Amino acid sequence: MQRIRLDSMLRRWQTRSWIAWIMPITLLILWQILGQLGWISTRILPTPIAVIEALITLVSNGMLFDYIGTSTGRALIGFAIGGSIGFSLGLLNGMIPLAEKLTDTSIQMVRNIPHLALIPLVILWFGIDEAAKLFLVALGVAFPIYLNTFHGIRSVDPSLIEMGKVYGLRGWALFRNIILPGALPSILVGVRFALGTMWITLIVAETISADSGIGYMAMNAREFMQMDVVVLSILLYALLGKLSDSIAKWCERLFLQWHPNYGKGQQTGKKGVTSS
Amino acid sequence: MSTGVFGSSLSASGLWKQFDHVTVLEELNLQVKPGEFIAIVGKSGCGKSTLLRLVAGLDEPTDGTLLLDGKMIQGLDPDTRVLFQDARLLPWKKVIDNVRIGVRGGNPDDAAAALRMVGLEDKAHVWPSTLSGGQRQRVALARALAGNPRLLLLDEPLGALDALTRIDMQDLIERLWQKQRFSVILVTHDVSEAVALADRVVLMKEGAIALDVAITLPRPREKDSGFAYFEQLILDRVMERSSQSDRAARRQTSYSI
Repeated sequence: MQRIRLDSMLRRWQTRSWIAWIMPITLLILWQILGQLGWISTRILPTPIAVIEALITLVSNGMLFDYIGTSTGRALIGFAIGGSIGFSLGLLNGMIPLAEKLTDTSIQMVRNIPHLALIPLVILWFGIDEAAKLFLVALGVAFPIYLNTFHGIRSVDPSLIEMGKVYGLRGWALFRNIILPGALPSILVGVRFALGTMWITLIVAETISADSGIGYMAMNAREFMQMDVVVLSILLYALLGKLSDSIAKWCERLFLQWHPNYGKGQQTGKKGVTSS
Repeated sequence: MSTGVFGSSLSASGLWKQFDHVTVLEELNLQVKPGEFIAIVGKSGCGKSTLLRLVAGLDEPTDGTLLLDGKMIQGLDPDTRVLFQDARLLPWKKVIDNVRIGVRGGNPDDAAAALRMVGLEDKAHVWPSTLSGGQRQRVALARALAGNPRLLLLDEPLGALDALTRIDMQDLIERLWQKQRFSVILVTHDVSEAVALADRVVLMKEGAIALDVAITLPRPREKDSGFAYFEQLILDRVMERSSQSDRAARRQTSYSI
């Protein structure tokens, strides 16, 4: 009896979203206690309350939202540029074999250069201007989107395309009704990857060369040994990363309602996984 | 029986099809009259699906002529529809929108009417992934018939269904065919299914026609001695059994006594 009650309790817990937050909150509390007891030196790691105080100061003088705004702006513009380039190239090479033959080798070579290794070159090209950061973010974002768009288009079920042709779908109609929706699950996986790369690139670019943004805030604070601000910046990146991932997940749920692995609610999701 | 002829006629003469020096069809001749229901049976690899793909315009013959209503088949014809073995529904479209693909002009009312025809109007707004195999195949049938085709090509459409669902689908196909009078070519390896549905059963062997029998049984067909006679006759030829005719004859007499 006890076992069964525990089981059903656990199952009910799994469906609650707050359960994901138990672990981080426990760690935070532990961190505060250890810091207050002096077990962790505040010069190594400030306590969570000190970080919250830094947050309040930066919010009240308006700098924080300025920096978040600047960084988010860079992230989104870079994502838009790199995303459209990756998506277009993926479409082109996915649909036209000749285009793939022409460009795929070059794309693969460029892709295998870690884009952050280009920072010295990028600084020489663009200085520490906005353009440098946008270029790096766009470069980092383009490849995951390119790869997944390409793969998505190539893995559309050929029997569905044949069916579409039997029903007279050609050109744009065939693309809109069959190829694009068929490639969409893969494209959205690419978007999720790209969002991760987007923040990482931006963090690095901003810490190395910037005069505004969250990365700049962290580097500036480092020079004045403001540990609380440094930790706050890192936490902000974590939150922004989590936020963009949630948006991507929400997009998946919206666009892939038909897919048994996504759709609404936990139940259908589980069913999809076991049946596939 | 028929009320005005609506179906297409088909005429294949001296048809050849080769894939990389492998001959799949060899000097094939076949006539289909308007509104006729033809079943093509044969073992795997006898070329029956290839023939269907040629008729559908999905492939081109290497040699020979293939006339649809007296005209050469060039590519896909809007009056010809194919029902594949797998339903091939688009998983990202609701059932009704899947059927709409088959409607000329895309009128949703016509799609709803086609769905009603196969008895699935209550499933119009669900995703295909929630349907059973039989229901999916019925939606595919509704999609094929929504455009009022003159020739329906069935490529083992019931092969993946369970026995009971299959009987349901056979009845449905026969009923809709009798109502709309399109021509049908059914490719199957189920001899009993061929005898149950077709006006004529054509046996293909090694790329050519080995047997062409008219099934003279009245409709709706019941599995009586006449049915068994035709089934045995065709099955013996498919399996290349010796002394086929006298054994079949013995069977028939023993049943009819």
